[in-house]
Amino acid sequence: MIPAAFDYVRAHSVDDAVSALAEHGDEAKVLAGGQSLLPLMRLRLAAPAVVVDVGRLADLRGVREDGDTLVIGALTTHHEVLTNHLVRQHARLLAEVTATVADPAVRHRGTFGGSLAHADPAGDLPAAALALGASLVAQGPAGRRTIPAREFFVDYLQTALSPDEVLVEVRVPKLDAGWGFHYEKLHRVAQAWAIVGVAAAVRRDNGSIAEARIGLTNMGTTPLRAEAVEQALAGLDTSDEEALAQAADRAADGTSPPSDLSGQSDYRQHLARVLTRRAVRKAAGLA
Amino acid sequence: MTATVDKAESVLGQPMRRKEDARLITGQTQWTDNVTLPGMVHMAVLRSPMAHARITRVDVTAARERPGVVAAYTGTDLADSWSSLPMAWTVSEDLKTPPHMPLASDKVRYVGDGVAVVIATDPYAAADALEAIEADYEPLPAVVDMPAALADGAPLVHDDIPNNRCFTFRQDWGDFNATRARADVVLKRRFYNQRLIPNAMEPRSVVVAPTSATGQATIWSATQVPHFVRIFLALNTGVPEHQIRVIAPDVGGGFGSKLDIYAEEVIAFVVARKLGKPVKWTETRSENYQATIHGRDVIQEVELTATADGRVLGLKVDLTADMGGYLQLLTPSIPLLGRYMYPGIYKFEAHTLTCQGVFTNKTPTDAYRGAGRPEATFVIERIIDELAAELSMDPIEVRRRNWIRHEEFPYTTVVGLTYDSGNYEAATARALELFRYDELRREQAERRDRGDTVQLGLGTSTYTEMCGLAPSRWLGETGYAAGGWESATVRMLATGRVEVVTGTSPHGQGHETTFAQIAANSLGVPYDDVDVIHGDTLTAPIGLDTYGSRSLAVGGVAVQMAAQKVVEKARALASHLMEVDPGDLEFQAGAFRVKGTPGAEKSIQEIAFGAFAAHSLPDGMQPVLTADHIVDPEVFSYPHGTHLCAVEVDTETGLTKIRSYVAVDDVGKVVNPMIVDGQVHGGVAQGIAQALFEEAVYDDDGNLISGTMVDYLVPTALDLPAFVTDRTETPATTNPLGVKGVGEAGTIASTPAVVNAVVDAVRPFGISDVQMPCTPERVWRAIQQGRAAGGPAPKGTIAYGGPQTATTAGGAE
Repeated sequence: MIPAAFDYVRAHSVDDAVSALAEHGDEAKVLAGGQSLLPLMRLRLAAPAVVVDVGRLADLRGVREDGDTLVIGALTTHHEVLTNHLVRQHARLLAEVTATVADPAVRHRGTFGGSLAHADPAGDLPAAALALGASLVAQGPAGRRTIPAREFFVDYLQTALSPDEVLVEVRVPKLDAGWGFHYEKLHRVAQAWAIVGVAAAVRRDNGSIAEARIGLTNMGTTPLRAEAVEQALAGLDTSDEEALAQAADRAADGTSPPSDLSGQSDYRQHLARVLTRRAVRKAAGLA
Repeated sequence: MTATVDKAESVLGQPMRRKEDARLITGQTQWTDNVTLPGMVHMAVLRSPMAHARITRVDVTAARERPGVVAAYTGTDLADSWSSLPMAWTVSEDLKTPPHMPLASDKVRYVGDGVAVVIATDPYAAADALEAIEADYEPLPAVVDMPAALADGAPLVHDDIPNNRCFTFRQDWGDFNATRARADVVLKRRFYNQRLIPNAMEPRSVVVAPTSATGQATIWSATQVPHFVRIFLALNTGVPEHQIRVIAPDVGGGFGSKLDIYAEEVIAFVVARKLGKPVKWTETRSENYQATIHGRDVIQEVELTATADGRVLGLKVDLTADMGGYLQLLTPSIPLLGRYMYPGIYKFEAHTLTCQGVFTNKTPTDAYRGAGRPEATFVIERIIDELAAELSMDPIEVRRRNWIRHEEFPYTTVVGLTYDSGNYEAATARALELFRYDELRREQAERRDRGDTVQLGLGTSTYTEMCGLAPSRWLGETGYAAGGWESATVRMLATGRVEVVTGTSPHGQGHETTFAQIAANSLGVPYDDVDVIHGDTLTAPIGLDTYGSRSLAVGGVAVQMAAQKVVEKARALASHLMEVDPGDLEFQAGAFRVKGTPGAEKSIQEIAFGAFAAHSLPDGMQPVLTADHIVDPEVFSYPHGTHLCAVEVDTETGLTKIRSYVAVDDVGKVVNPMIVDGQVHGGVAQGIAQALFEEAVYDDDGNLISGTMVDYLVPTALDLPAFVTDRTETPATTNPLGVKGVGEAGTIASTPAVVNAVVDAVRPFGISDVQMPCTPERVWRAIQQGRAAGGPAPKGTIAYGGPQTATTAGGAE
């Protein structure tokens, strides 16, 4: 549990961080809250030559409004997300999901942007960001660019960020009136990763489901959208339990989830169906 | 409750705040890893990445050139400095004890087996330099699975031990086969107590100062057994025992995992003496998972015979226990420590136990909270529930028909143990009331009737255990190398304060509090005036340390006896000073009073000063008010209790949630009820952890794949219900305090209570066992089997599923 030797760079600005990253390329890693990177380094599963600490960049921290978009700084801690009134008002799903992340100690150190940039498909926030249609803003030597969540998560622990880019903020479309949310997570102990998690956002209109967005945690090498479910749900009468269940049964379509100590692949597919049905019903106010 | 009590008698049985806690929770204590000495260097161990391989080359030359490195050694370099690590319990005549060198030099036998060490000026340099060691291995096929290891032609962990069989053992009490011929019911089950990782909060740590002002080498170790460490370091290295001082400072938990003599203690000792520098080694959590002992890992084939009206006749258990790659201090004795507990609280006519130990390429096993008794209790409490199900009887009623009734004590069980006291009826009645058993049974029936997604299950465990290790004569008869006595010194200082010296070595239990209560009560002095000294072979030279729920029942009794000796000496001196006959003195609330003469009294503190000044002593009396006592128990103590667990099983996901848990324990007289509650809470949590969460899983190549806390799930308060605890009190008749021991009780009791509850919830699906830990996936797969068959699963279906240690793959027939 002693990491390999590394150099440490404290960034005093995003530009600082970007130039340090540009200098060291994929030898470097960005350190934010450290809740994912440090354990990996201590186990020597990660051994970056340079750690670029962005932890003190105050301007990357906090939540603000920009028209119909909520802008969450990448360094905003889970605890801040959880307790932020703008998040509760305009992106309540994030608060619900964040409440299930690990424990208070982790939530006070770990950051929203860090857990997205780490891109662990077992992490809870990537699926929620995907379901909410968030956009991720990266800053590199050439300036800023915006990456839609559906393009951001590339593979297991891999994102569309290039080695010289820093994730600076996350833009989340406000979902207000008419939307309901729920995160259904099955894990064996409170501090364990989700075996499977389902993040659901559902807009009801006049007794039927107008629109649904479903994000899946730990059902593949990246977070996934359960598009088949979303399509099947659109327009369904909320009193038609059987149709809802049939829609949820498509949650595992096209997935190939991992097999590990918490569950084999087919069990995860089963869970995705059950948990999707439960998440949708709760998000739609039916349970 | 104030900390200072005038009426000294009232201290006993009170929830006194723990003397230890202020320093522990404010960071004012010293753990072994906090010890820093001038010139101290740090050790890191290179461990085998392979489960089984021949070592062809270990070259530390390059490591010696690394920055900060002071020295590096292979096992061969140090071979003349040490001998094989100790194994202290020869459990059978055919026991094979292979050499176990502190560093392997011929073969490695588990992932984590040490092959070389680096000593450097800081722990980081030492860890980095490990990468420069060149170690070549010729891989050998690993044996991971116990039945496979026993098969002819299996790879041999130790080349000269055929079939990897460490020992075999058989004992018959009564004629089991005769009961089978008469029985209406014969039940067979295969239970598996999975491998567990003890997970003490403080990892192991050792610091060795090779010299000191007294000439002794001083060893600080995060150990449960400083006295053992001293003796075995002397025996292992040839350094005279009196030149070794071992200190166990505050120690952060052990659960048996620090009841051992570890390679790193010997290596650090040898290397410190070689270099003439203090050496520190502290294990990482990853090392702890690989190289500190594991617990359990026992397969039990069980056969129960009974009558149609639910009376048990005979019990047969065939037990196979995984030793791992080597024998540690007590490895082969663990299954045998449970050997007398299979009949539990029930009246059997016959019992047969066969037992074999097997070497595999896994981390050695040894004592883990309960050590053999949880495994035995699991068998008997699970199979009793199975009998109830077979006969469609209530599990409580089956127990009532078979348990020893309170008026039958003392009762000698089929295996010849005499239980001195107990009241199973009373504990069970109280537990049923607290649990609202009948109400829950009604709810269970309703949920079953309406096919609720969430099914309710109720589980019972009416356990007993033998603890208070141990009568020395018994230990000798069973092949143990040492005794089971315990010592205490009680001395009153010139100023009236009291020092209690105990040979036990607490690591979280609160002896400083409990033993102070005992002494304060006997001496009639304020609780705050008593301090307890322990865990240092210089200041507490005589002792056998802490394990097996022995500290109070043996060490606490020694404190009581020594304190009474002090009172008797004080009485003699008081009678001399007050010029009255000793028979005319009464001792109460810390003072000697002349009967019938108000005002004529002397406090024990005054007497203590008189004994110190020694100006006027009776003829032949030695100065100073002090006394020693060593207790060697004649028998074990037998706490018991009734634990009831209600679980909700989500039949769609397989997830089990504990809804309520009631523990009514009878641990005899209670010295500090708060500490007893703490022991029960912690023990129950640890037993639940085995039932639902924890498993050390190896792959076929012998890699520990649950190698971090991400994959080895230790539950926290967030995962456990609020426990409802209560006690009945049936004093032990075999010691003057009437105490029984509580350190392991919760762990022993809770595991079968939880599994019984899980099985009860899903039994309508045809399931008769769920393998531990009862993961959601395992429960779900069992239910799926039933549904695939178009109805309940075939009777006897066991919930398997998911990756598991190969050992578990067999399944019941």
